[in-house]
Amino acid sequence: MTTTLQQASCTQYSRVLGIGGVRGEHVVPNADIVEAINSSDEWIQQRTGIISRMRSGPDVNVLDLAEGAARAAIAHAGIEASQIDTVILSTVTYFRQTPAGATQIADRIGATPAAAYDISAACAGYTYGIAQADALVRAGAARCVLVIGAEKMSDFIDPTDRSISFLLGDGAGAAIVGPSDFPGIGPTIWGSDGSRAETIGQTEDWQQAIRSGQWPTLRQEGPAVFKWASFQMAPIAKQAMAAAGVTADQIQAFVPHQANMRIIDQLIKQLKLPDGIAVGRDIAETGNTSAASIPLAIERLYREGQVSSGDLALQIGFGAGLAYGAQVIVLP
Amino acid sequence: MALNEQEVLAGLTEIIVEETGIAAEDVASEKSFTDDLDIDSLSMMTIVAQAEDKFEVTIPDDEVKNLATVGDAVSFITKAQD
Repeated sequence: MTTTLQQASCTQYSRVLGIGGVRGEHVVPNADIVEAINSSDEWIQQRTGIISRMRSGPDVNVLDLAEGAARAAIAHAGIEASQIDTVILSTVTYFRQTPAGATQIADRIGATPAAAYDISAACAGYTYGIAQADALVRAGAARCVLVIGAEKMSDFIDPTDRSISFLLGDGAGAAIVGPSDFPGIGPTIWGSDGSRAETIGQTEDWQQAIRSGQWPTLRQEGPAVFKWASFQMAPIAKQAMAAAGVTADQIQAFVPHQANMRIIDQLIKQLKLPDGIAVGRDIAETGNTSAASIPLAIERLYREGQVSSGDLALQIGFGAGLAYGAQVIVLP
Repeated sequence: MALNEQEVLAGLTEIIVEETGIAAEDVASEKSFTDDLDIDSLSMMTIVAQAEDKFEVTIPDDEVKNLATVGDAVSFITKAQD
């Protein structure tokens, strides 16, 4: 070897610089959907904590939602879109397999020629995106990463399905990640269990759907997912706190994926979180928005004055895969 | 040491009381989780998870639908300890 390559210089720390989000423009109360599932507002609230969900109409697609969230996060971070050099879009509801939707978001917001790609990790997608952004920034591969979780779940619902459709809402949440003078993103604890791939997901793949003429929708084995999320994710959240060197009484906010209020309550119990901690409970009025749910829940906590800059937030995403990811971050 | 059915019933009753608020005297082997105790599928999963922890057994998700009564659960847990 005669020539020595240069490699990117590492950056010691990264942090989240801004968070923003947008929700579907229509409020869909339980009353609007109960007839098709032969249920009641009371049953849905008791079972899930959901009062209403936000959904978009046919003129809004998942990239529109993603763009709105990106602009909100950029504004919160106080940066120019041109500073963004990497765009990661996590979604399971974008209909084009290629090109990646992230490239169009980069173009729409004025971040071209940012590196841009999509990831698929469903409800864990936002935490996966933060994990990647943190690693890219600290490795010197990126300086300013836009992470977006965007979903138009209403494109995949079966109004008669009692397993998951009635939970789902539309929205997008985004974060800007960049270098930092202090540690702002704790180590990510993440993983998956493909042996349980059938527990949550699309009813049939696109090829089967095209052949059968049946539009695919989403299904889940609700009780099995509830048990996994409530009892197997608590140890993951504990590992994320331990890896970050913090204890439950040192965090100011707990923001789990917004899958079901009863999962949230059970996780709080399992984690023995102190009273008075801010808890993301956006599901009550937004529904389950998959990859968008964590940043949307954080956005609400800011708006309601429950968190402020510098607070420590434990966030954990979990869902189809079964995939999960958790980390403690310093809120921007 | 493996517990007998009476001991498992006592331990399971504690879990059911804690999860649902049902009075301990209303929990009995012949009681149906759904029809008599009005326990929904999510609460049932909470009870199952806590029973797994307490009795150090595994109760597969597919098995839960076969546990119609408290006695069914007691019987399954007792055998699963072996």
